[in-house]
Amino acid sequence: MNLIPNTPRITPELVAEHGLKPEEYAHFLKLIGREPSITELGIVSAMWNEHCSYKSSKVWLRTLPTKGPQVIQGPGENAGVVDIGDGLAVVFKMESHNHPSFIEPYQGAATGVGGILRDVFTMGARPVAALNSLRFGDCHHPRTRRLLAGVVAGIGGYGNSFGVPTVGGSVGFHKRYNGNILVNAMAVGLAKTDEIFYAAATGVGRSIVYLGSKTGRDGIHGATMASAEFGADAEEKRPTVQVGDPFAEKLLLEACLEIMQAGCVIAIQDMGAAGLTCSAVEMGAKGDLGVDLDLDAVPCREAGMTPYEMMLSESQERMLMVIAPGKEAEAEAIFRKWGLDFAIVGKTTDTQRFVVRFKGMVEADLPIKELGDEAPEYCRPYVETPRRPVIGPVDIRVTLSVADALERLIASPELCSKRWVWEQYDYLIQGNTVQRPGGDAAVVRVDDGPKALALTTDVTPRYCEADPFEGGKQAVAEAWRNLTAVGATPLAVTDNLNFGNPEKPEIMGQFVGCVKGIGAACEALDFPVVSGNVSLYNETNGEAILPTPTIGGVGLIADLDKAMTLDFKASGEALLLIGKTTGWLGASAFLATICDREEGAPPPVDLIAEMRNGDFVRHLIHDGIATAVHDVSDGGLLVAIAEMAMAGQMGAALDGAPEGLDPYAYWFGEDQARYLVTVPGGQAQEVLRKAGASGIVAAKIGKTGGERLILPDDRPIVVEALRDRHETWLPIYMGAS
Amino acid sequence: MKPAVILFPGSNREHDVARALKLVAGATPSVVWHAEQELPKGTDLVVLPGGFSYGDYLRCGAIAARANIMDAVRAHAQRGGLVLGICNGFQILCEAGLLPGVLVRNARLRFVCREVVLRVERADTAFTKAYRKNDLIRIPVAHGEGNYTADESTIKQLEKEGRVAFRYARHDGRIDETDGPNGSINGIAGIYSEKFNVLGMMPHPENYIEPEIGPTDGRALFESLAGALKAA
Repeated sequence: MNLIPNTPRITPELVAEHGLKPEEYAHFLKLIGREPSITELGIVSAMWNEHCSYKSSKVWLRTLPTKGPQVIQGPGENAGVVDIGDGLAVVFKMESHNHPSFIEPYQGAATGVGGILRDVFTMGARPVAALNSLRFGDCHHPRTRRLLAGVVAGIGGYGNSFGVPTVGGSVGFHKRYNGNILVNAMAVGLAKTDEIFYAAATGVGRSIVYLGSKTGRDGIHGATMASAEFGADAEEKRPTVQVGDPFAEKLLLEACLEIMQAGCVIAIQDMGAAGLTCSAVEMGAKGDLGVDLDLDAVPCREAGMTPYEMMLSESQERMLMVIAPGKEAEAEAIFRKWGLDFAIVGKTTDTQRFVVRFKGMVEADLPIKELGDEAPEYCRPYVETPRRPVIGPVDIRVTLSVADALERLIASPELCSKRWVWEQYDYLIQGNTVQRPGGDAAVVRVDDGPKALALTTDVTPRYCEADPFEGGKQAVAEAWRNLTAVGATPLAVTDNLNFGNPEKPEIMGQFVGCVKGIGAACEALDFPVVSGNVSLYNETNGEAILPTPTIGGVGLIADLDKAMTLDFKASGEALLLIGKTTGWLGASAFLATICDREEGAPPPVDLIAEMRNGDFVRHLIHDGIATAVHDVSDGGLLVAIAEMAMAGQMGAALDGAPEGLDPYAYWFGEDQARYLVTVPGGQAQEVLRKAGASGIVAAKIGKTGGERLILPDDRPIVVEALRDRHETWLPIYMGAS
Repeated sequence: MKPAVILFPGSNREHDVARALKLVAGATPSVVWHAEQELPKGTDLVVLPGGFSYGDYLRCGAIAARANIMDAVRAHAQRGGLVLGICNGFQILCEAGLLPGVLVRNARLRFVCREVVLRVERADTAFTKAYRKNDLIRIPVAHGEGNYTADESTIKQLEKEGRVAFRYARHDGRIDETDGPNGSINGIAGIYSEKFNVLGMMPHPENYIEPEIGPTDGRALFESLAGALKAA
């Protein structure tokens, strides 16, 4: 067969439209030694765009700690795999769907969930939980309500129908997301350690099979769209957003797990970004094999689709597999039973070439390694983010009382209850949800127990903007702390790094700082990164988002009986504060919300103190001494106390700020590595003695009981009234009762 | 007790209800594929589980109601056999004509997953003997289309014949339609067939059965079934 004649001619304009830089195109020309066909240009643009190639980020991602005795599979596969004992593994990853969700919130978010679920069950794992991390623009921005409503409905619409509980997440607002919202979706699955499936193909001459839904014209160039800034024409990009079908995905899940069980599968890769191109190239490149595709066999939704369209379609709910020799008929029967398409579309070869044929012509013939794992990479220039001055309480003027400030904070967009959001997610399906949304971390039982997984997503973009390195550290430390607070031993993380345009040295500086911070914290806390995703170019008309490296943390609880919650349990218990309080108000929620100032250096994260304090608290939980535990984070000490009180519908009498500390700084400062713990009154002294002996700062700061929070020198705060304010901001904002 | 759980494409709470049957009633159900023609011999309870059969495309439950197996389910019900439809199962029972009325979009137009209080309207049926009349129980709902509605005469008849199984209630037991999760007429959360052998309900008792997970007010429904079928 002959290579297709070259029409249309490849002009510099065409190259630019494909998002390739002139030097990248020149490199490509040198690689193939001739002008490419239009299909080849499409393929290389899909493989070498930022979204698929990680070309700006790879060099830094390599610096992250990814190993540990618990790690079965680190980054580079569809999802990370971590051993949880008894022959079981937890499989998880987080991924962004930011650009499509801004353009079409329901479908963008829905397909984000669908994509990440597919990543997990592609590895042979049954999804058992989903989480998400969402950021929207200023709540006064005219677009925010519609985007929030659409994204939440989309996440629920997909996850609820698919049948995975959405158990946790976070929602934040900031004007810097006005033009680029963030939708980061995480999926968690369980698999047997000896039944994990990978993308790398093995064996020459084996059948490559296409499974799932048919290929349509949706999502063409989606990955390229996600690799550029938005201009004023963002809404016109709607045709690049795919449409999700959770029903098809549920069938695909059941069919995939069934044919894996039947021993039919050698390698498997889902068709996500850049669809058939990316999945086929990765299978071949990772297995050091060539791939020969016959597009005449691809099931198409529409007549007359060109090879170019088929190769770049991002139609959802599709998979590519290498089938074990002689198992084709068995695999096909299983797929037909579930009503899904099944077609042999190619074979593996020993040529390391990626060959695409259509109607007797060769549409593409490219070297597979250079397209895939040897794609170009950049060491982009960067400048470090300038340090901000440390702000002390003397720099801050406040007219509100402490009680009034608490009421304001607790009902602010950032800290209010997100019940309106998570009640639209089915968090109970599968019957294993022990801790629901609203706590420090979700807890999901493993099969019939007694083990359970603890799951959380965290990041404080305010801190990352102020100091990327400390902010990166803090995101990891907070995830670690949230897992610890529910009694779990932290295992590993997935990261979803959301930034602006990496071609700007300031943005690249934020990226580098955050990655270094994440690396330092993961190293110190023995909390390796096993999977992740990078989303760059989150910029509109030159304005970038806040740097937002979302961390998804996974921990293990050996025995459900030892899981911990944050609500006050009984009256008369001692409320202890573990960790050192200096009253750090820089970059705090208090400063932003009450004083309308986003200034100052963020709280530094002492990783040694994190580890020491966290281990101490975990022991208190395991020894059955702690009765409630809550991590102190956004909003500081008093907000954390209020959250425990609201959850337990019980008040507390609180001691005043210690000598020498400004009351606002004490109550609302955001010093890190801190926990609130309640213990029966009689045990407080012993706990404080033990803490002291371990070099841990700890103090008794109050006593639970009553219906109000009592502060010295301030009016009492009725917990029920506080709860009303906390619960009603979001429903009122969204115009619902 | 010999239960059968019907599996439609898109069902997704079949494992949850199977676990409840096993843990509470001690019976491992057979799972019956929608394309089958017959129920396993000796089946004495048919369960239509929650989920999104056929993606809820067209209309919730409408396509599943026309599945092959539904003729066998109808025949089983006509013989007086017990049928339990939960959530999507309730929607399917309505679409299949085994129960009157229909479930439409929630009044607030959003999916809602939340614990609700149900008032047990009668405790003399095969499904509720282990409860007491007027018990207030905590059970979760998780649905987008659970707003029960029917024409006036049907509602009148259901009420007259005492065929409302559960109602969404306030914590003090009062019924207020506007408080419910979905806007159902008269706070209706579940209804019986004329002979009280078919129950359709939107809430999920199967998710509230284990103390290590949460409240256990759903257990009594499965205990009732076990008791009724043991005695039979």
